[in-house]
Amino acid sequence: MGDPALSRRGFLAASVAAGLGVTALSGCGGDSDGGSSSGTTTIEWWNISTTEPTKTVWAGLAKKFEAQNPKVKIKIVQLENDAYKSKMTALTASGKLPDIFHTWGGGVLQQQVDAGLVEDLTDRTRPWADGLLSVAKQPYLLDDKLYGIPFDIGMIGFWYNKALFEKAGISAPPTTWSGFLDAVRKLKSAGITPLALAGKESWTGMYYWAYLAMRTAGVDALQKADEKKDFSDPGFVQAGQHLKDLVGLQPFQKGFLGAAYSSPTGQAATVGNGKAAMELMGQWAPVVEADAGKGLGANLGFFPFPEVEGGAGKITEVFGGGGGHALRKGAPQAAVDFLKFFASESTDKELVRKTGVLPVVPAAESVLADPNTKVVQAQLKGSTGFQLYLDQAYAPALGQQVNDSVAGLIAGSKSPQQVTQAITGTAKQGQ
Amino acid sequence: MTSTSLSDQRGERGERSGPGAVLPAPAAGAGRQRSRRRALHWLTAVGLQLPALVLFGVLVLLPILFALYASFFRWGGFGMPSDYTGTDNFSRLLQDPVFLGDLWRMLLLVVLSLALQLPFALAMAVLLNQKVRGRAVYRMLFFAPYVLSEAITGVLFSMIFAPDDGLADHVLGAMGLGGLGGQWFAGTSTVLATLFLVMTWKYFGFHMMLHLAGLQSIPAELTEAAIVDGANPWQRFRHVTLPLLAPTLRISVFLSVIGSIQLFDLVWVVTAGGPDHHSETMAVTLFQYGFKRYQVGYASAISVVMFAVSLVFALAYQRFVLRRDLEGATTNMRGAGA
Repeated sequence: MGDPALSRRGFLAASVAAGLGVTALSGCGGDSDGGSSSGTTTIEWWNISTTEPTKTVWAGLAKKFEAQNPKVKIKIVQLENDAYKSKMTALTASGKLPDIFHTWGGGVLQQQVDAGLVEDLTDRTRPWADGLLSVAKQPYLLDDKLYGIPFDIGMIGFWYNKALFEKAGISAPPTTWSGFLDAVRKLKSAGITPLALAGKESWTGMYYWAYLAMRTAGVDALQKADEKKDFSDPGFVQAGQHLKDLVGLQPFQKGFLGAAYSSPTGQAATVGNGKAAMELMGQWAPVVEADAGKGLGANLGFFPFPEVEGGAGKITEVFGGGGGHALRKGAPQAAVDFLKFFASESTDKELVRKTGVLPVVPAAESVLADPNTKVVQAQLKGSTGFQLYLDQAYAPALGQQVNDSVAGLIAGSKSPQQVTQAITGTAKQGQ
Repeated sequence: MTSTSLSDQRGERGERSGPGAVLPAPAAGAGRQRSRRRALHWLTAVGLQLPALVLFGVLVLLPILFALYASFFRWGGFGMPSDYTGTDNFSRLLQDPVFLGDLWRMLLLVVLSLALQLPFALAMAVLLNQKVRGRAVYRMLFFAPYVLSEAITGVLFSMIFAPDDGLADHVLGAMGLGGLGGQWFAGTSTVLATLFLVMTWKYFGFHMMLHLAGLQSIPAELTEAAIVDGANPWQRFRHVTLPLLAPTLRISVFLSVIGSIQLFDLVWVVTAGGPDHHSETMAVTLFQYGFKRYQVGYASAISVVMFAVSLVFALAYQRFVLRRDLEGATTNMRGAGA
């Protein structure tokens, strides 16, 4: 009796220390340095493209690269967003990352760089990486060194159902916060759920607070607060209050606190199936809405996060980020070649055409066909300020704390002041 | 396993080891020979156990000790811990409303499991111990959820309890009870109850099987004798079945409590601890801090507390409750004698 119980207990205790290593070992069992007897190099490519059509397109691109480079084999490992982040945490602790891995840049990448696990790409990509859209490279530039190559750049904004807006008598998308609250009220009185939110995944709620903070305290405030380790700026409390006002209107779908993002009953599907009028989401939203739900087609529209009256921020300042790939320290040359191939004009055109990402190669802009993507692209090009996703820009502990505190605010258990206090507390604490 | 058979074993064991231990050494030469033999026995025993001991040390003891060590540091999980903070992590734990909530929810789940889940499992076991038509089918059906993985169970029930669209709400709606559903895992006040429902569905079959096995080892003669003595069904259950089933029940309670303390996978898949921490358990908090925030020192402190709670419970339970069942079944130095 005692023995199995003890080993189970031991296992749980171990999960913090050795468990990290064990998971990591089992995770990268096939992660050799390549170079088998036949002279072929195997590269592991870890990404989070688990939804269609991206999954198929990327697999096709890997095949194409293999055909062009017969001595290179690409092994694709795909994980869902949250699972990927957990796995990468374990791998980072184990001290060895996959050859090519997905990254959002910012604080998480910084931490991996600090641990000496990421290849500095500044020189190895010099001739061709200079041609990429500079705003797209922003998240991967740490201390003026380039650690990642983007394949997507985008921003968060409201995706809305034009038909439902019309039904509620809203003629044009709101450009001010009070106009937005009015639109929410109109939708509610027309019997339409105004907003879909994935309460189970706290990053979805963080978008609201972050955007409101940018609009009230100004676009630089969030970055400065991180540097000063102080979030007590009254603008942040106001942001919380504005969010609280919105939550007070009960704008979210029924049971939103338990909803996931991309599941068949989640946030994206709720909007994609026409059961809610809006969601605050990134440029990937149309693809996920169509994958998890039916998709809205021509009824889908996009508008930027409204300006807050009297706030320091402008409607042209964007909150966003992209997707990119980084290489582990000492990755083979074939991995760099693959990044070059993936950021080439022909690949980028294919990605833009088929997977709904925004171009990172300026020449690929010509293939943008989707009107919504064009709106997002125009918004990005005309942006007067940029803030990277908080859970990527900040160190993980701080990013998670923001998500967690804002989730508390949305659930009604935390006041705007408590949110900024909790965030400041974590910022001061460090690890 | 009844107390009768246990005492039988104990008797046998006692007889066998008795003479060798009690008899005085007849002569000095024989004594020396015996001590040499005993040293050889020890050497063999240690030698045979060495591989297992090394594995146990490396995979179990070392990580536990390391977690304990790390819990005194502010440590992000990279390199070795170096920022010693004393007992800071532990005092932070005691002020963390989420962690205190974890303890409260653990207690709640333990109490609910013991008060509802186990009696339910016992009732089903007693029912299925009778000659019911198709009882093999029922036994299999009730045991099936236990075989299902936690992840599959989680996904299954998050679909069933999806607000409005889920099976549960459709069924309730069809019965005209639509007002009862709606929130399930999504409500801060309903999530724990819903979770407990799923836990019961998942685990009662296992306890039912344990109880069934216990029931079947109770000799029919005893029940028959009670019938002859004029005992009614309740009296037979209360005074014959229950006492003889006690060792099984004690094991059942033990497993149930340890399971509740360490609950993780189901919660992680279904709610990830939400909404707003209302279904979070110690293991979920540990995971959040260790794998999402990189606050590995703090997470280690949680693991240490979790380990301590489990250990204290396990030792106390074995010492005070399971002692009667374990006596004679475990090896101790008393048997070897000096």
